[in-house]
Amino acid sequence: MISAKSKMKPVQSPLAKAPSKAPTGIAGFDEITGGGLPHGRTTLLVGGPGSGKTVLALQFLVHGAQDCREPGIFVAFEESSQRIVANATSFGWKLAALQKKKLSFIDAQPKPDLVQSGDFDLGGMLAALEAQIKAMGARRIVFDALDVVLALLPDPVTKRREIYRLHEWLLAYQLTGIITAKAGGDEASAIIEQPFGFMQFMVDCAVILNHSVAQGVSHRNLRVQKYRGSSFDENESPFLIGNSGLEVAVARTPGRVDAKVSNERISSGVERLDTMLGGGYYRGASVLITGFSGTAKTTLSGAFAEAACRRGERTMFVSFDSDCTEVIRNLSSVGIQLDRYVKNGCLRMVSARTIAGSAETYLVRIKTLAHEHGARCLVIDPVSAWYKSGNDLSAQSVADRLIDWSKGAGITLVCTSLLDEMSNRAESGSPLQISALADTWIHLNYLVQAGERNRGLSIVKSRGTAHSNQVRELILSDAGVTLTDTYTAGGEVLMGTLRWEKERAERVATEAAEAAAKLKRVRLDAEEAELEVRLKSLQTELVAKQVEKALLVRSTQSHEGELSRGRTQIKELRGADAAKSGQK
Amino acid sequence: MYKFCLYVAGEAPNSAQAITNLAAFCQAHLPDRYQIEIVDVFREPKRALAEGIFMTPTLVVLTPPPVRRIVGTLSHTQTVLLALGLADIT
Repeated sequence: MISAKSKMKPVQSPLAKAPSKAPTGIAGFDEITGGGLPHGRTTLLVGGPGSGKTVLALQFLVHGAQDCREPGIFVAFEESSQRIVANATSFGWKLAALQKKKLSFIDAQPKPDLVQSGDFDLGGMLAALEAQIKAMGARRIVFDALDVVLALLPDPVTKRREIYRLHEWLLAYQLTGIITAKAGGDEASAIIEQPFGFMQFMVDCAVILNHSVAQGVSHRNLRVQKYRGSSFDENESPFLIGNSGLEVAVARTPGRVDAKVSNERISSGVERLDTMLGGGYYRGASVLITGFSGTAKTTLSGAFAEAACRRGERTMFVSFDSDCTEVIRNLSSVGIQLDRYVKNGCLRMVSARTIAGSAETYLVRIKTLAHEHGARCLVIDPVSAWYKSGNDLSAQSVADRLIDWSKGAGITLVCTSLLDEMSNRAESGSPLQISALADTWIHLNYLVQAGERNRGLSIVKSRGTAHSNQVRELILSDAGVTLTDTYTAGGEVLMGTLRWEKERAERVATEAAEAAAKLKRVRLDAEEAELEVRLKSLQTELVAKQVEKALLVRSTQSHEGELSRGRTQIKELRGADAAKSGQK
Repeated sequence: MYKFCLYVAGEAPNSAQAITNLAAFCQAHLPDRYQIEIVDVFREPKRALAEGIFMTPTLVVLTPPPVRRIVGTLSHTQTVLLALGLADIT
C-alpha cells in the first residue's frame, strides 16, 4: 500500500525539509514539524471551540493553492462556505481569486430538516469529491468538523466504519488531508473517550490545539501529538491568530544556533558609556538595562535609538509604559530628539499599550512589526511588562525567544527591565532572569546620600568586551546624557552635590596654589631685578675706583719724578757730586 | 403523484437496501402513484455535487412540494410515512 511504502523512508531530521512534507505556510508550524504535514497522508486536528482549527486548515489549503501549486478542496460540515470565506478575508487571503481554479469549497452541512431513516454512509460525498478532485487536480483536502456528520451516525461501529472509509479513500487518492474534530476539554485524554478518538491512532499525524485562560489572559498553544515517520517538536508551542493567520512560536529557532557574530561596535548613544564598554555595544548583541523606576532606563535606551537613527539604521522603539508622543516629548527634554527620525520614517515608535494579549502576542506582534519596518535596532521598554501579562513561565520563555530571534535576525536589541523597589530583589534578581542570556547588562541605581538621590550606572557584565568596573554618575540635562566620574572618598562614592562640592573645593585649592606660586615668582623677579641693579651700580663704582686708583698711581709716580728731579736740580745747584749721588 | 429521486452509491449494501426498501414501500403505500429515478453517484458525481448529496443513500422527494430529503436505508417505514405526510392515511 501507499502508506506502507512511504513509511519505509528513513526518519528525517527535524531540520531537513523532507520532500514528503506538505508545507502549511504557517510561520513556526513548519519548523515544529520539520517541513509541514505528511504528504499524501491524513492529519487529525483536534481542538475545543474557537481553538483555531478551521483557520489552520484553511491556511494550509490557501498556502498550497497559492505557493505550492497544490489545489485544494475545503469540505465544510459545520459552517457554510460563504461564512468561512467571509471570515477568512480578514486574514488578507485572496480567496475569491483562488476560488476559481485552485480552491473550492463544498458545503456539506447536514440540513436541519433532514429526515433519517436507517443506515447511511459517506459514499455519496466521496463520489462527489472524486469528480471535483479530478476536475481541478486537487492535492489537498480539508474535512472541517467531521464530528458533525459523525454525530448523525447511529452507533460507534458505524462511525468507525465511516472513518475508515474516509481514511482509505484519502490514502487511495494520495491526498494530503486534514480532518478537524472538536474536543470538549483541554486534556488530550478527554478526546480518546469520544467516538472518533480512535482516529488519533489511525491517522499519521495528530495535532492538538488548545485554548486556555491563565490569570485572565488567553493563551493558545498547539502540540503535535504524533507524526509517523518524522521527528517533531513534542512540546506545546504557543501560537496566536494574527493579522495574516496562525503564527506559531517556535521554542528555539534551530537555524539560529550559529547565528552570524559581528565584531562591529555600535554606539550606545552616550559617549562615555561607549568608552566604558570599550567601544560600544556589539552589533546584534542583546543589551539589558535594569533599574528601579525613574533611573533613566528609558532615557538610556532612547539615546541608543537616537544614535542608531543618526547612523541611518532603521530602528523600532516599543514602549509599554507610555504613548509614543509622550516618550518623544519626555526624551526631547533631555536633548534626545526622536521627532525628526519618526518623521523621516527611520524610527518607528510602537506603543505596546495598544496591543492586548499574552506575552506571546506581544512577541509575535513585535516580530511582525520589526520585520515590516526592516529594523536593525530594537528597543523594548520595559520587557518586564510581560511579567504581568500571563504567567511567569510563559513570559520567561517569550523573553528567551525574543533574544534568540533578535540574534538570529542580527538585530541589536536593547531592552529595559524594571526592578521592583519594594521587593527585596538585589541586582542579581532581574525579574525575567534574562540577564543570563543578555550579552551586556547595565544596571542603574539610585544612591541616596546627603539628602539627595543620584543616578549611578554600572556595567554588570558585557560579554566579549573589556569594560570599566567603575560606577559612574549618570547626569541628565537638556544638553543630553552624560556620565561623570564619581569621587571616592574614604571608601564611599560621592555623587551629586557632594561630588560638586568636592570638585569645587579642589578647584579653589588649585586656584589658591596657582596664585601663591605666581606671587612668589613676582617677588623673586623683583629681587632678581634689584640684585641686578645693585650689581650694575657696584660695577660702575668699581670702574670709578679703578680709575681713581690708576690716577693715584700716576700722580704718585709723577710726584716722585718731580721730587727726584727736584733733588737732582738742587744737587746741581749745590754743585755736589752728581755721580755719587747718582750711584746711590 | 409522488416523484422520487434516490441517490445511491453503486452497489453498496446500504444503497441496495434502500432500493429494495423504496420499491416495497411504494408498492405498499403508493401503488401506481409513484415515479422513481435512481442516480448512481459514482456515475454522476457532478449531479450529486450540484444537489448537495453527501450521504448515501439519500431519497429526494421532488413532488409534491416541498422538496424533502430522507437519508438512510429507509428501513424505518414509519419515519418515511411521516416525512411524506402519509402517516394519517394508514
